[in-house]
Order: sequence, then C-alpha cells, then structure tokens
Amino acid sequence: MAKLLQTLFDGVAVGSLYALIALGYTMVYGILQFINFAHSDIFMTGAWIAFVIAKAAGWAGGDTPIWASLVTLLGSMIFCGLLGFVIERLAYRPLRGAPRLNVLITAIGVSLFLENTGQLEVLFGTQPQRMPTLLSSEPLFRIGGVGLPLVDVVVVLVAVGLMLLLQWLVFSTRLGRAMRAVSFSIPVASLMGVNVDRVVSFTFVVGSALAAAAGFLYAMKYPGLNQPAHSTWILLGLKCFVAAVVGGIGNVRGAMLGGLLIGCVEMFGAAYLSTSLRDVYVFSILILVLLFKPTGLLGKATVEKV
Amino acid sequence: MALLTVKQLDVHYGAIHALKGLSLTVEAGQIVTLIGSNGAGKTTTLKTISSLLRPTSGDILFDGQSIVGRPTHELVRLGIAHAPEGRGIFANLTVDENLEMGAYVRRDKVGIAADRERALTLFPRLRERLTQSAGTLSGGEQQMLAIGRALLARPRLLLLDEPSLGLAPQVVRTIFDIIRDINASGTTILLVEQNAHMALGVAHFGYVLEVGQIVMADRAETLAKSDEVRKAYLGVG
Repeated sequence: MAKLLQTLFDGVAVGSLYALIALGYTMVYGILQFINFAHSDIFMTGAWIAFVIAKAAGWAGGDTPIWASLVTLLGSMIFCGLLGFVIERLAYRPLRGAPRLNVLITAIGVSLFLENTGQLEVLFGTQPQRMPTLLSSEPLFRIGGVGLPLVDVVVVLVAVGLMLLLQWLVFSTRLGRAMRAVSFSIPVASLMGVNVDRVVSFTFVVGSALAAAAGFLYAMKYPGLNQPAHSTWILLGLKCFVAAVVGGIGNVRGAMLGGLLIGCVEMFGAAYLSTSLRDVYVFSILILVLLFKPTGLLGKATVEKV
Repeated sequence: MALLTVKQLDVHYGAIHALKGLSLTVEAGQIVTLIGSNGAGKTTTLKTISSLLRPTSGDILFDGQSIVGRPTHELVRLGIAHAPEGRGIFANLTVDENLEMGAYVRRDKVGIAADRERALTLFPRLRERLTQSAGTLSGGEQQMLAIGRALLARPRLLLLDEPSLGLAPQVVRTIFDIIRDINASGTTILLVEQNAHMALGVAHFGYVLEVGQIVMADRAETLAKSDEVRKAYLGVG
C-alpha cells in the first residue's frame, strides 16, 4: 500500500512536469503546425537559470524563505519567456510560409545552438552542478505511511496552478479565443483583425515560461543538474513530446492528460517491473496510442487545436 | 461617392497571371456584384482587396486612401469585413465565440451587444445554436454565421465571397433577402457570385469577370437583360 501511494505521488509529480513541457510543444504545433525541437532546451535553460539565480543570491539549506523559491521561479520564467520571444522572432518568423521541413531543421539548429552556447564557461559551463536546496525534502505530512515532502507538494501545486491558469487563458479570454482562431486558420483569423504575429509571439512566450517553470521544479526535485548538452535533457524533452502526441498534439487538455499518463506509467513501470526499462514503457504507450488512436487520446481529426 | 476603387490591378500566382489590369468601383451605399465562372479571378480579387494577396501592380483605394500593402488585420479597423469563400468559420469555436471573433477589434460593449442582437435577429437559426461548436452547423447555417460574424465588425464595406455556394435554392433565397436587408441598413457590399441570376437580382451594379479581366460593366438590370450574359451565365438562349 505504501509503495503504491509513493509511486502514485511520484507519478503525479513527474507527470505534471511532463505536462507543463508538453503544453509548449502542443501550443506551438497547434498554431504553426511544426514541432519546436528547441523546446527541451528551453526547459534545460529554465533549470540552469534557476540554478544561477539561487547560486548568485547565495540561497541554500533548509532555512531559505519560501519567497526565495518564488523569486527563482519567476526569474527563470521571465528569462525563458524572453528567450522564447527572441527565438521565434529571429529564427522562426522569417520562415513563416516556408516549407515545414525548413522550419523543422531550423528548430534542430536552435536546439544545438542553445545546448552548445549553454556549455560556454561564461554561461553554465561543462560541468554538472548541484541545485541549492530551496525547499525542504523532510516529509511535510504523512498519508498512509508515506511521507510527502514539501518539494513534491510544491511541484504538483505549481504545475497544476499554472495549467489551470493556461486553461483559463486559452478558453476564457479574448486573447485565448484569438489563439484558437489562429490555430484553426491564420488567414481567416487575420480577416477578423487578429494580429497573427503578435499571437504567435505570445504563444512562444507562454510556452517557454511554462517550460522554465518545469525546469525550476525539476531542479528542485532532482537537484543534480546535468551539463546543458547532456542527453538527459533531450530524452526528457522527447518524453514530453510523446506526452503531447499521446494526448493529441495541438490539444491543450490532451497535453495535460498525456503528461500525467506518461509520468504515472513510467513511475509504476519502474517501481513494479524494472527500473532500467522505464523509457521503454513511455515509448510503448506512444506506439499503442499511434496504433489504435493515431490522433491521440483527446485529438479529433482537425478540431480543437492550440 | 466611391467607397472602393480598384485601379489596374495585376496579381500573379507564380507564373500564372490571375488578374490582368482589373479596375472596378464600388459606390457607397450600393451592392456591387462581380460575376464570372469558376477560375475567373473573383476570389482572387477579394483576397487582394483584403491584403491576403499582394498585387504585382495597381492600386486599391478605400475611402480615398490607398490600402495596398497594409496588413490584413488593420483593414478591419478601417471598416472592411470579408466573409471568405468556403465559409471560413472557426469550426473549433462555438457559434457565439465565432460572433465574438467578428467583433475582435471593437471595444464598445454596448454597440457589440446591439450588433450581435441584430445578427441573431437576421439569422434566428444561429440563436438556437449559440453554444454549439460551429463545426456542427449545416452548410447554410455556416454561411449565415460567416455573414453574421462579418456584421459584428460593423463594416462600412462588406466583401461576400460566394454566399450561395453549395446551398439549397430555398436557403439561397433567404440569404439573398438578408443581403438586401443588410444593404438597406447602410452597409455597402461587394458581392462575388457564380449564381449570376441571384446576384444581379439584388445588385445595383455588376461587373463580369473572365480570365482575370473585366469584360462587361453595367447597371445590374441592364446586365441581366444583355444577350451575352443571358447566354453565358444565366443559361438562357
């Protein structure tokens, strides 16, 4: 029973991180129909910027006030939001209307660029680092004999909070309506007076800020940060992309569902079957979904994108 | 006074010369129709006016001011609304959200509510389906939504692309009655149609387009009586 609960907590915590990142893939795909391969590097940058902020402020240890985490989180989100804006502006916007393959290759280029400039000594360097402890990993309370540390609670609360915020943004605001309109048809949205470039910029800013939040939370939960060009980041990004596809690419709610599903499957597989095969479970889910429901769990042929 | 003047417009799709020195004028307060067969360049003309396509040469004046090269989304603010061909409604949004998109550039809540009410009065069918996803509407209802949505921009000039396309004769008549009503309340309309009979029936003035060129221009009732038009577009004689 304790093991079951523990695994469930882990699955939900990791799954909500995956969901946050999957949202960025799915929103960009929904609007521009291309896979932003640089998204996993935004996530990496988010984690590293959190490290830089916490290090520079000299925060460490269990006595750090809670606002320190908030500052680190917001700092990382703002930085990556701007980074996403600049990337779209410089790399993707000039290719609007170009064949999709060109944009895809550019995305891979941006990804390599971020990984390798990240390794510069003046930036993050080539060595793994340890994220300072901002949140206590002592159990906050116990449920069914399982201790729930503050870190896990914060991870889930922040992730769920941000997803609710996004849900509200996309489905209940004027801007969200414009995003959905653009995702359906760029020319028709512009006939309504929507400035499409601005909506696209906004989408990149939001998606990147969510990835940064995921990066911060990931660094809180797993403080051993690999160097920027390490393959773990790519693999994590890939899993989140799988989450987006499993949920139905282009579908906001699908990305959330896909993230949680992938996170839980991975954690349960690792706990009950074999740890070394954890990545296999994730990709098996992908294969199963693609075989039986190629549009993803919540995907409808072309409807309900963003 | 001319609300819209198109002067010597040339448009190319790659090597294809789609519009060849096309000129037309839409007088304020009128319904002007552009008729012609499939591929004559009717939709291209509207898309160029809306800046979805860029002309290779020529000029477009709206209210005396050149609008060539201005981004599409700014034209709505100037007062041009375009209900595109194939209806172009947002199938992933509800009917109500589609109407709200029509008023995207407006901030006057009271005016928007009044125009929404007016659109729903013109098209009572839409009122019954407000919360439904627009993709579930029938073809005629989608066309009504596209026109109603364009009205929510409170345009001075309404561009209508093939409102009769694929609709049953009964529905076409309803839609054309409403087009006349919209015009009677002061909106100038440029109507592109294959259904020459219906279009010339509501329009004040008409142009006949053949492979990218205007071949005839006259008062609508004169065109409807002319032998060439009767033969080629009205299936008479």
